[in-house]
Amino acid sequence: MFNPLAILRSLGSLVVNKIARLGHASRFSLAVLLNSGAILRRYPLTLREIWFSGVLSLIIILVSGLFVGLVLGLQGYEILQRYGSADALGTVVALSLLRELGPVVAGLLFASRAGSAITAEIGLMKTTEQLKAMDMMAVDPVARVVVPRFWGGVISMPLLAAMFSSMGIFGGWFIGVVLIGVDDGSFWAQMQDAVDFRYDVWNGFVKSFVFGVAVALIAVFEGYDADPTAEGVSRAITRTVVTSALAILALDFVLTSFMFRGTP
Amino acid sequence: MSDEILVDIDNLQFDYGGKPVLQGVNMRIPKGKVVAIMGGSGCGKTTLLRCIGGQLRPSAGKIDVDGQVINEMSRSQIFAMRRRMGMLFQFGALFTDLSVFENVAFPLREHTRLPEAMIRDLVLMKLQAVGLRGAKDLMPNSLSGGMARRVALARAIALDPSLIMYDEPFTGLDPISLGVIGQLIRRLNDALGATSIMVTHDVQESLLIVDYIYFISGGQVVAEGTPDEIRHSRDPFVHQFVYAEADGPVPFHLKAPPILDDLLQEVGRV
Repeated sequence: MFNPLAILRSLGSLVVNKIARLGHASRFSLAVLLNSGAILRRYPLTLREIWFSGVLSLIIILVSGLFVGLVLGLQGYEILQRYGSADALGTVVALSLLRELGPVVAGLLFASRAGSAITAEIGLMKTTEQLKAMDMMAVDPVARVVVPRFWGGVISMPLLAAMFSSMGIFGGWFIGVVLIGVDDGSFWAQMQDAVDFRYDVWNGFVKSFVFGVAVALIAVFEGYDADPTAEGVSRAITRTVVTSALAILALDFVLTSFMFRGTP
Repeated sequence: MSDEILVDIDNLQFDYGGKPVLQGVNMRIPKGKVVAIMGGSGCGKTTLLRCIGGQLRPSAGKIDVDGQVINEMSRSQIFAMRRRMGMLFQFGALFTDLSVFENVAFPLREHTRLPEAMIRDLVLMKLQAVGLRGAKDLMPNSLSGGMARRVALARAIALDPSLIMYDEPFTGLDPISLGVIGQLIRRLNDALGATSIMVTHDVQESLLIVDYIYFISGGQVVAEGTPDEIRHSRDPFVHQFVYAEADGPVPFHLKAPPILDDLLQEVGRV
């Protein structure tokens, strides 16, 4: 049945709900920041979360980094040799990884590996009343459960992106220098010449830090806000991965447009 | 019931999303007693418990615990009050990432600065009290339902609370575990000199161990009394509840139009 009023009403309630959720998320973020002193008081917990989010994500990050680097080596060489500048392969591989691929791809992998795990864990703790029980024991779940996971993610993410880029550069070198036969000296020399620490490495680091904050915040919020049912947790995990991916890509565009303007 | 009152609930009202759940509950829970709150599923018993614990704020009325009004407290005051309360959740709510020992040690580590040796002794004593010292190194996912409930009970009494609350402590237990939990609730209450409030719908088990019973229906207290008074009550609601009759003041059928109309509607459409 076509009822314009009903459609308008559901549209309105959709918008209102989204805005209310955004407000809820902002208040939650504020609570996380205000309780962040807990990472010092409870540093063993934070170390544990760095282990879970960071160390356990290493395999997927290193392997993906290697393969991205291998592909960059192949494609880069194929295009550069058309212009007779295969020596610039090192520059191409290093710049594309440090500026874009490292933070973005590592961020996407981090969201699906660590972000989803954080959401699932907090969501299940909520479903099984563990968060309520903690609150009843006069321990704030935001300080005890959420803050260590948030900071564990924020600290891990830039380190993972750095690992990803390093592995990718190694992969590009392996394809270009070892297998294809680009000159080893010019590969590294050109890279050293073209890569600026502040402009390329630091900006890439800032990007990965921002992505880390975004993914970790989305992951803890979705877990904390999940409907306390099996279905609710599964929907929350999906939302974490989808929202994180969109947030990373959108933030990447914004950051790139501010950071890289053509004059080093 | 002339003893000293620990929890005094006065005209408590609570709405959930505009729907009234509790509509003027009055209760007095004397110190040192075990009191059961009974009623059908979804009648607001658990809501009442969470109001007493300060996790939900009532829309009207007053909850007085040991002379302090819970629903007028700030969050930090409520946190201070909760250190003197223990709560057992329906399925235990043990922390799945901590061992049994660490679960019981959790409140001690969070709220005291006791040396490790002292924490160890206290945890072992609490586990001994619920008969599960031998399970101290197990993880919660390898415990049976009854054992998990007992560990959670040990955790709830870790700080020697003066008020212990139980949310459906008997749900989903076999008859032996059920009897064990029932006996523990009574024994621990008396040994600790605590006061216990138990929300449940397990009538037979409760009648054996509690001192006083409140019945809630439609968001209000509809009957109350000692176990003996309840067993012999002529109140039709209490009678239906105690003897588990399918139909009575609580109807078997949910409100619906007469069945003939519903069936004929189908015919009319064809």
